Amino acid sequence: MTSIHVENLVKDFSVRKGIVRRKFRAVDNVSFDLLPGRTIALVGESGSGKSTIARILARLDSPTSGTIAATLDDGATVPNRLYRRHVQMVFQDPFASLNPFHSIEHHIARPLSIHRVTKGSAATASRVLEMLDRVNLEPPEEFAQRRPHELSGGQRQRVAIARALAPGAGVVIADEPVSMLDVSIRLGVLNLLGRLQREDNLAVLYITHDLATARHFSDEILVLYKGRVVERGPSDDVILDPHHDYTRLLALAAPDPEKLGKVVSSEAAPDRSTLDNTVCFNHFTGEWEESEARVPA
Amino acid sequence: MTNLRQSTVREKADSTKQMALAIGSAKPPRRSALRMMLPTLTPWLVVGLVLIVGITLFGVLGPLFVMDPTTIRDIGLRGPSSEHILGTTQTGQDVFAQLAYATRGSLEIGLIVGVLATIFSALFGILGTYIGGFADETFSLISNVFLVIPGLPLVIVISGFVPPAARGLWTIAVVLAITSWAGAARVLRAQTLSIRSRDYVAASRVAGERAWRVIAVEILPNLLPVLASQFVFAVIAAILGEAGLSFLGLGASNSSTLGTMLFYAQNGFALPLGAWWWFVPPGLIIALFGMGLSLVNFSIDEIINPKLKNVRLHRKRARAVARRLRAGKDDR
Repeated sequence: MTSIHVENLVKDFSVRKGIVRRKFRAVDNVSFDLLPGRTIALVGESGSGKSTIARILARLDSPTSGTIAATLDDGATVPNRLYRRHVQMVFQDPFASLNPFHSIEHHIARPLSIHRVTKGSAATASRVLEMLDRVNLEPPEEFAQRRPHELSGGQRQRVAIARALAPGAGVVIADEPVSMLDVSIRLGVLNLLGRLQREDNLAVLYITHDLATARHFSDEILVLYKGRVVERGPSDDVILDPHHDYTRLLALAAPDPEKLGKVVSSEAAPDRSTLDNTVCFNHFTGEWEESEARVPA
Repeated sequence: MTNLRQSTVREKADSTKQMALAIGSAKPPRRSALRMMLPTLTPWLVVGLVLIVGITLFGVLGPLFVMDPTTIRDIGLRGPSSEHILGTTQTGQDVFAQLAYATRGSLEIGLIVGVLATIFSALFGILGTYIGGFADETFSLISNVFLVIPGLPLVIVISGFVPPAARGLWTIAVVLAITSWAGAARVLRAQTLSIRSRDYVAASRVAGERAWRVIAVEILPNLLPVLASQFVFAVIAAILGEAGLSFLGLGASNSSTLGTMLFYAQNGFALPLGAWWWFVPPGLIIALFGMGLSLVNFSIDEIINPKLKNVRLHRKRARAVARRLRAGKDDR
């Protein structure tokens, strides 16, 4: 299976304000390893750089510096032209990620024929039905002929997952896959993703701002704040024993059913203005680490 | 007993499964993507289509049945009669025959210019925008330059510059196309900018689609209504522009269009002589064809902007309610 090693990832965007161009660092010095069968959750608020990391890993954007290496089990590097076959992405908004013009069959058949997974249209069609069946879209024959607007959000996201898995990807980047879905079907989609992960021994990068699903779904959590990792560790440790003020703030932001009716007191919450994203608490070593700022290239 | 019941239950389950299979194998009628893009059949659309089809048939088939439009007779300017349905010109030529050939000429120009202008605008509006960066800047600069060039004066200058002997149908068509694609390209650029940043385009790139396929298969179909509307508009503009040019005597030489008919009518003093049968028919055909295309265009607008469809539905509903209220009042 495929694993991905991300090292010292940096992404700068140039922001134009009038005639002045200025650099904005969206992702700063982020490193992690995505291994088969394991899930890493990237947690953070909007603008913390989660989606940028996802887009870079999916090769929709190129990093300013840092390396991303996809390797196979035997340690061989995945060649560039096969990268897309091994690394696939599930997008946030299922209403935008399927082309309204094309049938569901088209969406799943294209990756199959691009990567020559199946030969001939008959083989492709039967593989499409197989994929739809795997993501619990019953009956697959009917769903294959439908168009995205005839499907609900949850069904669309299942199609998106089927599309991501169609070429036989080993790494799946899930960019907030359930945040646009109805609360009642979120767990269903997450459980489906979890089942497929176990079946195919997938490496999953799960991006979310929801700590609860991150803990439920992932093995390791990276908390991102302003482009830097401020806390990392096994998911239970990060959630139950948060060290960084920002992680505490995130945990406090989620409503607690046991304190029903009580407003979260603003005094208990850490002060936002003193949040420091230059240090990172590593639960694996149990120590604070300095996240060295890299000199811009 | 229980065994029997079980077996019936199983049979039932089997039969439903078979039914589902039958439904599956029968393949539900495939909902075609193009069908979704077709406008709803409104009275306006029907009127427009009837006008367009009627005039097109007249232009295509008419010349096969009429007499030679160039035959000169010594009967002079005559009003409509049983022999000459639309009368004759000053030189005794049959106006109806001329009208059939002229309609065909104008339609040819309209079609050629419509296709060329749509291709130009798609090339400059979609391709550069998708590539982005320098290509986008360049393509958009070119279309902006063409946008501010005043169309008709330029056409007049170019047509005047090309010697009449070399001024064929295609020259005029190309000149008209070059001056009329820019506005459409800008609209397409805006649409493409919006579509290219959608997730499904990103998703197809992640899937490994090549750039030309992303443009042709993922982006272009979503632009079809816009392209159709622009094509229709380009045809109207071309027919009107060509008529204007020909009326000024700058049209395609040795070709017969509605504009040249008007030109000869003007030169033959049709208006002062009150020979309405000479200049009204070509003018009417231009006006009706333009009207037909515009009506079709309104219907296409409804696909581009579904809100317009809702407006129509709401109005219909409101009218129905008003009618019911009125009926209720009458009852009382």
